[in-house]
This record gives sequence, structure tokens and C-alpha cells, in this order.
Amino acid sequence: MTVALNTLSARSSIAHGSTPQWLKNWQQQGQDEFAAQAWPTRKTEAWKYTPLKGLLDVTWQKSTESTDEPGIHFDNWNEIRIDLVNGQIQDLPTLPAGVTLRRLTDCSAEQGLAFLARIDAERSGFLFDSLNQALLDQAYWLSVDPGVKVVEPIHLNYISQGVDAVSNIQVLVELGKESNLTLVETFSHAPAGRCFVNPNTALFVDELAQLTHYHLLLETGDIRHIGRVTASLQAHASLSAFHMAVGGKIKRKDIVVRHRGAGARLTLNGVYLPRGNELIDYHTTLEHEVPHCESTETFRGIIGDKGRAVFHGRIHIHKLAQKSVAQLQNRNLLLSDTAEINTKPELEIYADDVRCAHGATIAQLDKSLLFYFQARGIAKQDAEMMLSFGFINELLEALDDEPVRLLLRPLLEGLFSIPGTELAGSAQ
Amino acid sequence: MLSIKDLHAQIDDKNILKGLNLDIRPGEVHAIMGPNGAGKSTLGNVLAGRDGYEVTAGSVRFNDQDLLALDAEERARQGVFLAFQYPVEIPGVSNMEFLKASVDAIRRAKNLTAYSSIDFIKLAREKSALVDLPANFLKRGVNEGFSGGEKKRNELLQMLLLEPTLCILDETDSGLDIDALQLVAKGVNSQRSPDRSFIIVTHYQRLLDYIVPDYVHVLANGVIVKSGGRELALELEKDGYGWIDEELV
Repeated sequence: MTVALNTLSARSSIAHGSTPQWLKNWQQQGQDEFAAQAWPTRKTEAWKYTPLKGLLDVTWQKSTESTDEPGIHFDNWNEIRIDLVNGQIQDLPTLPAGVTLRRLTDCSAEQGLAFLARIDAERSGFLFDSLNQALLDQAYWLSVDPGVKVVEPIHLNYISQGVDAVSNIQVLVELGKESNLTLVETFSHAPAGRCFVNPNTALFVDELAQLTHYHLLLETGDIRHIGRVTASLQAHASLSAFHMAVGGKIKRKDIVVRHRGAGARLTLNGVYLPRGNELIDYHTTLEHEVPHCESTETFRGIIGDKGRAVFHGRIHIHKLAQKSVAQLQNRNLLLSDTAEINTKPELEIYADDVRCAHGATIAQLDKSLLFYFQARGIAKQDAEMMLSFGFINELLEALDDEPVRLLLRPLLEGLFSIPGTELAGSAQ
Repeated sequence: MLSIKDLHAQIDDKNILKGLNLDIRPGEVHAIMGPNGAGKSTLGNVLAGRDGYEVTAGSVRFNDQDLLALDAEERARQGVFLAFQYPVEIPGVSNMEFLKASVDAIRRAKNLTAYSSIDFIKLAREKSALVDLPANFLKRGVNEGFSGGEKKRNELLQMLLLEPTLCILDETDSGLDIDALQLVAKGVNSQRSPDRSFIIVTHYQRLLDYIVPDYVHVLANGVIVKSGGRELALELEKDGYGWIDEELV
């Protein structure tokens, strides 16, 4: 079963055997859509700075091998970890009362079609959604019943592995009214072999429900990660999301959040740290469709070596969305003359009574800050690393969950090799 | 310990210091006073090695070394300490990390072993109690959200930890109320010793009521126009700086 993207052909990938007809039909539909779209080029606005040639040069195939790669483990957290190797969960875990996890292929036709209808509603002609649909490995439907406050965080531990392996996963997460959940998605990659992952996460947060979401692209090595996260917030729902991307050849994440009920609140933060020849691209869109919703978005990036980053942040305030409050800030640090960032904040406002602000900055390190370090005997090079680290760490420190901070902090320290940071834990 | 001869310095092609001479022996406290724009802060920044200040003539010897040939960090390691007039805020880098990195760098330069984390935390807490800075300020970002007085106390804390031999206090009194001023003065006085010298840059004589200098110099238009003992500061307090222009004319 191979996939050659350059012919826009995913035909051979349609699942065989026991796959039910309703799912085959859906995948066929995805394949038709995929084939009908043009492959993005430099002239395609949304992909202008993110060349996809690296995806075309490879004949991708599905991998069913198992792996020893543990993925990401948190220390001292009572999280429920669910390992997904190339999209497959070996055993469905036991979950707390009020939480259910369903596999698409275990669903009845009726359930399955309902599931697919939910997914379809969030898709909007995005090429890689069509690819995900055509090549789908598996889809999961995680739901939290109304009123259920899930104490243990749920951790989806995605591991990609194999040679020229492609995986396409769909996860749908649904929080019932007044429920609470912390959802962590981590992505890692077995060291050997080139992989392409194209996951899609769709979040539905019902009235007064609260979701804390971490979406951490931590794969290093020969990995191409393209995918989308969509979220739909009902009245007075709240979503607090943190995204992070380090390493890999190409990472591109499209994030779409839709405010669909009045009083919904969103905090969307993210960091990206491309180095070497890495490319990281975040495209975010906030849709304020109804009045009285609030969004605060902060993305920061540090780009080193010949790394490249793209940030595109769009806020769209619909005509009905009076009293919207939306803020978007993107700040970037370039550590070398060859590092590159293309940033574009974009406000599109059709209502007249709103408070919106956006800004993007690109800078080198502030000289007066550097001098403060040097005047205390700290070498300039160490000062640069500590300042870069601090620039990102400021967002990490704001995270509610200490185990996540403790996981990410050493990773950052590794990137910036900070002097004196062994104090981090003990100074708390 | 410090010998400044005919120092000329400029910033953005504008001459600020125009032939400054100053000699400081170990243990002495020198106050540099003068009107705004005289070059007081420039002197501190030139001695500490800040980028953007260009020395066009003259020399500065510090403990028989050419101070001007050293990078800023190297000067700090040799014992030069500048207490900033406006300490910067550094969110994301904790005060404790910053202090440890600084003390480590300076101890390394003196061939001393680095403190263990536990010992250092103990030491930092002890010293911050001396300057009346609550221990939780060590966990916060460097100067992040600190009041003016807290920033100055944090500078003092750094001085206590780094144990420099030449301390330059750049308008440390600016923006401090009388209580904060006394507290900072007490901290400085506790650091006076036979082998540690101070340059106290100030616009007002008020600070010198609490830190009593051995010498007072009046800096105007880039040169020292008058030197004297403590009584000179009191004269200035009474007469202001207006006489300088008259005398120079």
C-alpha cells in the first residue's frame, strides 16, 4: 500500500478487508476531494513560505511495525497515558466514569456515520484534511459526559515510526456541558526512518465546559508533520491551549477556533523553535461568530541557524459578534543572520463594537538586557542563551500544570544550554 | 586601585567626557556630583564597559591593568561593579538563576569552586534578608514587577553576593523615598572595607548624609571642576550648581 502524493493519488490506500462500506465510502470521498485539489506551490498564499517538495519526493507507505520507542512520559503526574503507534491504540484503556473512548472501526454504521458527520462539519476544503480522510488509519472519539470533572489528565502519546511511513489520525474530543478535562497530545518519532504524520484533532467544548489542551510537536529527526486542530466553543465554554513545536524537517499546524456561543473564552499560546534547516509554520484562525467572546493569543518563536518560521494569525470578527475582545501578539527572536521569519497578523472585523489588538515583532536580543548580564560577569554568549530561554520560559511559567513545565523546561535548556539552571527545581 | 587620566569619551559622535582625571585608593569613597548632562552616568557606563560609549583619548588603570582593554564581563570578574540607575526587567529568567550564573562566573574567574545549588540558595536567602528583600523575590523574574526601591535593593543584593572591589553607584538614590534611601545606605556602609572602594554618582547631596564620602568631586561639562572633602557637598547643597558656569567663564 503506497502513496505517491505527486500524482495526487491516494487510491491504493483505501482500507481493505473488514472496513465497513460506510467508511470506505467516506474515504473514497476524501480521495476524490484530494485528487480534485491542486498541490500547493509557492503561489498558493497559505503555503507561500512552506515548500512541500519534501513530501513529494518520497513514496509513502503505511507501517504496521511495532516500536520500542516510549514516546513522551511525564514525571509525577497521574495522567492516563494512551499510546498511539502510527495512529493505532493497542488496547483501549480503562477510563474514569463518564469518559468514553471509541474507535471508529468499532462503531455501528449509525454511530460511525454520526461520528463522520461531526468530523465533516469541521472540515473546510483543507487539502490535508482530504488526505487525512482518504488515508485514515483510525479515528477516535473521546467524550466526557455533562457535568463530569475529569481529575486525571488524558495523554495521547503519538509515536510515529517506520521507513517512509505515513500516518493519518483523526481524534474527536467532546466535552459535555459543565465538564472539565485536561488533554495532552504529544508527538514523538522513533529515531530510525523517515515519517510523515498528518493528524487532525477536533475539539468540541459545550456550554460552561472547560478544556485545557496541550498540543506538543516534539518529534526530532526526519519527520514531516502537517495537521490541523479545530475547536468549537459553546456559550461560556473555555479553552486554554498551549502549542509547541521543536525539531523535524517541516512542521505545519493549522489551528482554527470558532466561538459559537456567547461568553466563550480562549487563551491560545504557542512557541516554535526551528534551528538547523528546520521549518515550522503555524497558521491560526479565530472565528468570532457570536457576541461577547474573548480571545487572547500569544505566539513566540526563536529561530536559529538557517531555521525558518512562518506565523500567520488571523482574527475574524463576524458581523453579529459585537462586544468581542480579541488580542493577538506574535514576537520573534532571530539568533543568526540566516534565520528567517515570515509573520503576518491579520484582523478582519465586521462588527463595530469590539476591542481588538494585534502586533508582531521581530528582533535581535535587546542590548541593554545583554549588558546587564555582562556587567555581572556573565559571558555574552551565556547571556544570549539565558535571555532566549527566558523569552520562551515566560510562556512556560504561565502553564497551570507543573509536570508539563518540568517536561518542557529541560528540553528548552537543552536547546539553549543554560548555565546555572540546575537551580530551576530547587528554587521553587 | 583606579587611576583615570585625561579620559575623553563620546556617544553617537557627541563628546561627553572631555579630559577627566580621578585617582582612587583602596577603601576610599568618592562622590561625583554635578548638574544634569555633566557626564556622570557616562563615567559609570564607560568604566563598566557598556557598548556605544567610545573612548577617544586617555587611560583607565584598574589594579595595574588597562581596564579599557577588557570586555564588560571581564571587568565585572576583575571586581568592577556598576549598580544601575535603571535596572532592567528580565521576565522568564528567575532572579535566583541570574544570581547563580553571575556568582559562578565571578568565582570561576577567581579560581574558586562554584557553590552547590543548596549552599547558594542558603547564601542568597541570607543576603536578601540583609537588604530586606523577601525570599520570594528570588523566584521571580529578574526585577520583574519590582518597585523602584526593590530594584535598588536587588542591585545591593548583587553587590553583597559578588563582593566587588570597585563599586560604582549610578544615581542609586533616584526615585527612592527616605526609608528606602536609608536602607540602601546601610547596606552600602556595611560593605565599606579597607580594600573596597566606591564611586557614588549623585545629583543630590542627600545620599551623602547617609554614605559619608572621603572626597567629593564636581563634574561639569565632562571634566572635574572642583574637588574637596565632604564639606563641598554641603556647599553645593546650599549654592546649587549655578556658580560653576560663572567660575568657568
